[in-house]
Amino acid sequence: MKSLRNVLDKMEPHFHKGGKYENWYALYEAADTIFYTPGHVTKTAAHVRDAVDLKRMMILVWMCTFPAVFMGMYNVGLQANTAMASLGLTEASTWQGAIAGALTSFDPNSIWDNVIHGAAYWLPIYIVTFVVGGFWEVLFAMKRGHEVNEGFFVTSILFCLILPPTVPLWQVALGISFGVVVGKEVFGGTGKNFLNPALTGRAFLFFAYPAQMSGDAIWTAVDGFSGATPLGLAALGGVDAILAQSITWFDAFIGTIPGSVGEVSTLAIAMGGAVLLIAKVAAWRIVAGVMLGMVAMSTLLNIIGSDTNPMFSMPFYWHLVLGGFAFGMFFMATDPVSASMTNKGKWYFGALIGVMVVLIRVVNPAFPEGMMLAILFANLFAPLIDNFVVQANIKRRMARNVG
Amino acid sequence: MEQYISLAIKAIFVENMALAFFLGMCTFLAISKKVQTALGLGIAVIVVLAITTPVNNLIFNLLLKEGALAWAGYPEVDLSFLGYISYIGVIAAIVQILEMFLDKYVPALYNALGVFLPLITVNCAIMGAALFMVERDYTFSESVVYGVGAGVGWALAITALAGIREKLKYSDVPDGLRGLGITFVTVGLMSLGFMSFSGVQL
Repeated sequence: MKSLRNVLDKMEPHFHKGGKYENWYALYEAADTIFYTPGHVTKTAAHVRDAVDLKRMMILVWMCTFPAVFMGMYNVGLQANTAMASLGLTEASTWQGAIAGALTSFDPNSIWDNVIHGAAYWLPIYIVTFVVGGFWEVLFAMKRGHEVNEGFFVTSILFCLILPPTVPLWQVALGISFGVVVGKEVFGGTGKNFLNPALTGRAFLFFAYPAQMSGDAIWTAVDGFSGATPLGLAALGGVDAILAQSITWFDAFIGTIPGSVGEVSTLAIAMGGAVLLIAKVAAWRIVAGVMLGMVAMSTLLNIIGSDTNPMFSMPFYWHLVLGGFAFGMFFMATDPVSASMTNKGKWYFGALIGVMVVLIRVVNPAFPEGMMLAILFANLFAPLIDNFVVQANIKRRMARNVG
Repeated sequence: MEQYISLAIKAIFVENMALAFFLGMCTFLAISKKVQTALGLGIAVIVVLAITTPVNNLIFNLLLKEGALAWAGYPEVDLSFLGYISYIGVIAAIVQILEMFLDKYVPALYNALGVFLPLITVNCAIMGAALFMVERDYTFSESVVYGVGAGVGWALAITALAGIREKLKYSDVPDGLRGLGITFVTVGLMSLGFMSFSGVQL
């Protein structure tokens, strides 16, 4: 460890002002702080020193997505291999499939085969996200003179976990560029944006390229095989339609259903999410607010009922396991930058997401899934919620002092 | 009753004046730096829309529409080409009357609204609501609901924008984008969030 410090120390002067590689300081700083906490501290009064800085926090979030990542890769492979078995194919027609075929076979009963097949689809998406997004991040850091933000680790992994497995790679590049540049960097980088950058990129793709982002043909990584997501089925026929495809609640909970890569397995997401909650990285008030809002709204719609719209009768425990709900609740809604900051505001913010997601799923026939848009919508109102909470607080304390 | 509720929800969220139609942009962008003032302006817009839309509805249905003058003995007269100028006149007049009324009887509110009240005369959201009302053949009661709903939607949007802009005070925007530029980007991203309602059939 000592020698590493020595190497870094020897390099450091070159990156300071006036040094040879002055322009590349941002990159040096990023590499150095991965290994060591920064040596310089705030010079003025009132500051807190803590080993847990932004970098450690973001890396923790990044690691918490791993259960969802592996479960997602397994599921992408499982869906693809099952589809190939049902179509009687032994050779995949895509280049990703060819890579998987070179390494292993396409047996849907083998965990190994499934993970490899899924990784052949997911890893290229992640690499493209990381390279393209990282390029923007470093470019802005160098030009604008701020540090490379580890928030990008999280943004990149969240972004590629909410994409369908068959998304074309140039769209991945476009989406993450929009998310990082317009969603975050034009405002000055991590901590200064008001929308979740990963969701901004995803929403941009969703509205710009609906053919590759929604529908029935994109969720299974096999050409010519179409299988709707359970939410898509439910939009047509309610819970009965899901059960008719022999998908049980437990399947949806474990995550062996068609869907975006990382959002399928509620179990794996909850494992990562629990770590986030215990480490207090994710605000429990937001998670609880989302749950409460969702349960209240779906129960209300159950009671109202509808003869024409089967989604009205979907109970809350199905809403919980389908689509991006769990992933959004643990990883997206709790983004500390774009969520409400005040404790009371977090409840309202979470509840707004929970209510909106059920409303969009049930009432809006244009989108079977609502988590992405619900969170973006709540992001818009997060500063306003904070404002009113703070104003109310000021008013209350004024009254107390006067009285 | 149900039809009025859907109409209100449609006017507030699905067809939000500011974020779905981009109407009333000039005041929307200019007077959204502070939540308090934005809220005041929003309430003023609600009041003006709630009055002008029904009044314009009456004028259109009783005077301008083809055959509307039948009660005066001119069943074949069609004055709808006078629509634009009458709506503008009505809006300007009503805002003036409202201003004088507030000045005289509710001076507190008048002072709070200040210069925004006359500014509303040229707010395209007001004119837009009148024209949508004509185009969609709203009845009188529908036009009341629609006017209030469109106003509430606009007020909601401008207050949210003001909240975001107060937060963005701490952002570090590149020089070329400071001020209006970043506000345009912000509004664009906001309407992305409001897309969650597009496609809702009511």
